[in-house]
Amino acid sequence: MSNDTTKKKLKLKVSAIKEGTVIDHIPAQNLFKVITILGLDKIENQITFGTNLESQKLGSKAIIKVSDKFFENDEINKIALIAPDAKLNIIRDYEVVEKKIVKAPEIIKGIVKCFNPKCITNNEKVTTCFKVLSTSPVTLRCRYCEKMTIGEQMRML
Amino acid sequence: MKRDLISITDYSKEEYLKIMDLAAEFEKNPNQDLLKGKVVASLFFEPSTRTRLSFETAINRLGGKIVGFADPQNSSSTKGETLHDTIKMVSNYADLIVMRHPLEGAARYAAEVSPVPIINAGDGANQHPTQTLLDMYSILKTQGTFDNLNIFMVGDLKYGRTVHSLLMAMSQFDTPIFNFIAPAELQMPEEYKMFLRENDIRYFEHREFTDIISEADIIYMTRVQKERFSDPMEYEQVKNIYILRNSMLENTKPNMKILHPLPRVNEIHTDVDKNEKAYYFTQALNGMYTREAIITHIMNLK
Ligand SMILES: [Zn+2]
Repeated sequence: MSNDTTKKKLKLKVSAIKEGTVIDHIPAQNLFKVITILGLDKIENQITFGTNLESQKLGSKAIIKVSDKFFENDEINKIALIAPDAKLNIIRDYEVVEKKIVKAPEIIKGIVKCFNPKCITNNEKVTTCFKVLSTSPVTLRCRYCEKMTIGEQMRML
Repeated sequence: MKRDLISITDYSKEEYLKIMDLAAEFEKNPNQDLLKGKVVASLFFEPSTRTRLSFETAINRLGGKIVGFADPQNSSSTKGETLHDTIKMVSNYADLIVMRHPLEGAARYAAEVSPVPIINAGDGANQHPTQTLLDMYSILKTQGTFDNLNIFMVGDLKYGRTVHSLLMAMSQFDTPIFNFIAPAELQMPEEYKMFLRENDIRYFEHREFTDIISEADIIYMTRVQKERFSDPMEYEQVKNIYILRNSMLENTKPNMKILHPLPRVNEIHTDVDKNEKAYYFTQALNGMYTREAIITHIMNLK
């Protein structure tokens, strides 16, 4: 198969929804976290996803296609911590009309658990809130206990 | 908008200086009826007699009334009430809340819940900003300035929240130099050293507690606590190295003063107490004036 055909086939796969959003380049191991964070497990839109696809950059990637759904930047940027290389294709009438990349927000509310077991947020019903100091490795400073949650320490709520 | 005191870095250099001025006024005249007719809640979810007495004396000298609890055994939290609900209830009654809590971030959260100002009197290992302000007042009083000081910090620099906060506060002033003396396991954390590098502030690290202290303007001693060591042998090796003795003070600068947040265990030998460079007991007294100043600033009484 020539390179061109491969590209066409891939493009066809990606474009196979009429209207909606394709989220590509998600690290395969974080696919389900992305689904939860975006609340895709709670909506009734048609969703297809592929995982453990080959990716030069990520090793193994996942892709999500959501029909009739267009994300606000605030909404989609929530996944930046676990899918920093994610790319969005906005599809209208089978055509990619816009491409977006995710950008980590300065402040991240909810979503992430504080790494410090003695933090008030792990002991009482308080919405977590972090300042994002860096995205590689992920470095978050808790608004409450002021401790850092770094890289592998990060757990989703 | 209400003003709280949760973390030392919430305040500007100007606010530090205003509090220093007020503390100096209270030192001259500690009894001023500025809080007359006001009620202050003193909520100690974790006992700390030293800090509580200092605050409650400050409130009394300002003519305020105190409600609250000194011991979590007697508080509603032992009946399972959330911090949220306790703060909501108490803020109905009081004009100001002073609180100490074992959980980190508790004071920040309380400040979000409460319509009345919160003063953090310690939240776990996180912050204790009134201690830092009283340390600063002690430095200013003994050195006459915050600029160009060489500050030695000795002992547990890893977990010691007082040294971290003092470092952040003193970094606001002109050209401080920091010297850190600590065992390998209890070094100043990287994030603070990075902060100093980013702000072009000089610091030096030492393992040994030797005559390098002859350069010091301030020696800030802390406790090296056994429970901080993963290996008990390690503690046995270092516990007697970081002890300040009177004989070590011979070649120190005449203006040098020794500070310690108290209580001490054995890290300052009692033979230092009679040396005029020992300042830790006066430092504790300064705490009362500083707390009067903090309350006055927060409540906008002057
Ligand atoms: Zn936290």
